[in-house]
Amino acid sequence: MEISRHWRLKKQRYSLIGEVCPHCDAKIFPPRDVCPECGQEARSEFAFSGRGQVYSHTTIYDAPAGYENNLPYTVALIKLDEGPIVTAQLTDLGAQPVEIGMPVEMVTRRIREDGDERGMLVYGYKFRPAWNAPIK
Amino acid sequence: MNDAVKNTDIVIAGIGQTPVGEHWQLSLKNLAYLAYKAAVQDSGGLKPDALYVGNMLAPVLSHQAHLGVLLADDFGLAGIEAAAVEAGNAGGAAALRLAYLAVASGCVNIAMALGVEKFTDQVGPNVEAAASVILDSDYEAAMGLTPNAQAALLLRRYLYEYQVPRPAFGAFPILAHNNAAGNPQAMYRNLINAESYAQAGMVCDPLNLFDIAPWADGAAAVIVARRDSLPAALPHPLARISGASLATDRLALHDRPNPLFLRAAQKSVERACRQAGILPQDVDFFELCDSTSTYAALSLEAAGFAAPGQGWRMAQDGQLALDGKLPVCTLGGFKGRGNPGGAAGLYQVVEAVLQLRGEAGKNQLPHPQRALVQSLSGAAATAVAHVLEVIH
Ligand SMILES: [Zn+2]
Repeated sequence: MEISRHWRLKKQRYSLIGEVCPHCDAKIFPPRDVCPECGQEARSEFAFSGRGQVYSHTTIYDAPAGYENNLPYTVALIKLDEGPIVTAQLTDLGAQPVEIGMPVEMVTRRIREDGDERGMLVYGYKFRPAWNAPIK
Repeated sequence: MNDAVKNTDIVIAGIGQTPVGEHWQLSLKNLAYLAYKAAVQDSGGLKPDALYVGNMLAPVLSHQAHLGVLLADDFGLAGIEAAAVEAGNAGGAAALRLAYLAVASGCVNIAMALGVEKFTDQVGPNVEAAASVILDSDYEAAMGLTPNAQAALLLRRYLYEYQVPRPAFGAFPILAHNNAAGNPQAMYRNLINAESYAQAGMVCDPLNLFDIAPWADGAAAVIVARRDSLPAALPHPLARISGASLATDRLALHDRPNPLFLRAAQKSVERACRQAGILPQDVDFFELCDSTSTYAALSLEAAGFAAPGQGWRMAQDGQLALDGKLPVCTLGGFKGRGNPGGAAGLYQVVEAVLQLRGEAGKNQLPHPQRALVQSLSGAAATAVAHVLEVIH
């Protein structure tokens, strides 16, 4: 039960809010204190489109505590259209095999169960195939 | 500069290790004490003035922090300088780096770096969850990512970018098991082959059970001192630390410009070799980090032994075997010996010293003079490199 911690991350988890660097215009996700491109402080919010493509992916058969109910589940590195890469689970895959380069879009889903039956559910971003997106 | 032996050389005067495995009957303290005692005995009775403890997960797995004083107290050394250093799977190597700095500065006379890990206080999903604390908690672990899954993401991308046949990576664990067969301290001394590799169960696709070094219990320790502070006669040759470096990368895999290049691994090797006045090619063997098959290949590339996308070929071609051009994991590596978390880096150093002394038994290399030892944590977010040379 880490309610304040999950609450603090709600903009990122629900809306993929990162930052744009006011000094060099770099798009940054997740948000951080110092811009990795120019080394100055980054503080301006930026909402990402939630569209991107699969950079790499793995299906996990041996889960850490809190994720056993989802087994097996697929985690991917998603290269967002705006540039940054984000780590997230893939969902709504159906029978379609995941491929590198596959276009995906963000959705909000349950990402883990925090603790036992009294624990809280954590919601956040996952990505699903974006069938209508043009392939880049 | 390598031939001139100086009295101010920083040397490894004693080494100790426990067998790696599932030590249900031994506690964190029991394991650490066995390694401590063995190292002191090996050094002819030197007692450390300072103790640096490498550990990865005791606060999570054993609900025990404050390991510096816990162990100093247990060893009957209460009063000395003692603290734990945490750098994930590279914690033991980081402890050696601190011991080296302490002795080199002149502030400490005799330092011990001791790594200890006790996994079997927990089992199954709890161990996986614990190991994931070395990742970015909010943006990697929260998504269900684990250290092994990181290595799987990298391997998938590697196979895609470089068009490598998947079975080729089996050469790393096959070699590790081969070498572990000659190491009485190793966890796995059974041989595996291409067929059993192909049939191994999937853990996180495309990494299978044989691509992943098993977490295991163990402790290892080394005693570090200036050469001129040692008694004239020690029962064995000394190994000089001629280069030492710790480097960091971006913590999260997704924050790296090119995730397939282990930048910290490259930096640590470059800096340690520069300090030693050598090129990586001048070493006789390389104790690399094969916590997964992925990192074995990427380490060879980061250190400059292979071009990007070509590291796997060295294993295929037999160049990494005990009789090859660049032997690696000579006593089984992480995969064959086992991966005792924050102790792993010191096992690597102990094994390199055994080779340099000529005490590596069945797996002894012919008269090696110089070793490169590299410890990584996870996807080389932390990388530590040491160059060791035998003093005759
Ligand atoms: Zn900037």
